[in-house]
Amino acid sequence: MNHVPLIHILILSTALFFIGMYGLLTRRNMITMLMSVELILNSVNINFVAFNVYLYPQKLTGIFFTLFIIAIAAAEAAVAIAIIINLYRNFHSIDVEAADEMKF
Amino acid sequence: MSASAVVFYILSVLILASALLAVTSGKIFRSAIWLLFSLTGIAGLYFWLGMDFVAAVQIIVYVGGIVVLIIFSIFLTQQSGKDLPAPVRARVLYSALAACLGFLLTCVLLRQFPFRQALIPDYDFAPDMSVRNIGIQLLSTKEHGYVLPFEVISLLLLAAMIGCIVLAIKTKPGDR
Repeated sequence: MNHVPLIHILILSTALFFIGMYGLLTRRNMITMLMSVELILNSVNINFVAFNVYLYPQKLTGIFFTLFIIAIAAAEAAVAIAIIINLYRNFHSIDVEAADEMKF
Repeated sequence: MSASAVVFYILSVLILASALLAVTSGKIFRSAIWLLFSLTGIAGLYFWLGMDFVAAVQIIVYVGGIVVLIIFSIFLTQQSGKDLPAPVRARVLYSALAACLGFLLTCVLLRQFPFRQALIPDYDFAPDMSVRNIGIQLLSTKEHGYVLPFEVISLLLLAAMIGCIVLAIKTKPGDR
């Protein structure tokens, strides 16, 4: 473990972030966009854990931030899927371009 | 190159390749399965970093919870065997360009940033990362305790749970 510099882990998380960004920009299906958001949140988690291990090994702050982000991601995914199912019931499609009115 | 470095690079390739396939795959169900592999690879990365508890939470919440929820919602909302419509070519081009440029810019910035230490973790100084220690600090009200965010998160989860039920509940046709 001692021979991998921190910068390689940061480059890994950056790459993961921009892969998620690419998915968020190209996809038009709400579930796949949600998957891209999960990838982005995970890249942030990798950063927190790596900074905790490499720069502040005597503390646990990164672990707590990661745990809170995971909890928020779970809540966000649940609410997003409830919204998606509700939209599917009203529009019979989960394409973001199909949902073009807010009141019906 | 030591064995642990080899493990790290194998894990990185696994994570990035399956994430790339998850955002480009034409079938939505395959996309969800590639996302599953990517999240499992990230859990492996946490194990590699020595964060056993975070890795366990990652597997339980992401792999066991969120991906299963996503797969359920795929089954509820569309035919999983059908191909997704291919995105517009210009949009793919510009998105890939934006993502690559952003990646390069961030890498340049990372190279220039002077990190505080020699960037080699000192494992003789590793803290007590047992679940017991994490739990005590999470619920401590003293300095460096995290009881307030813990309570806020629990309220948020309760609100999200009630919100989901209210959103997804089926209204009768006459109600509206």
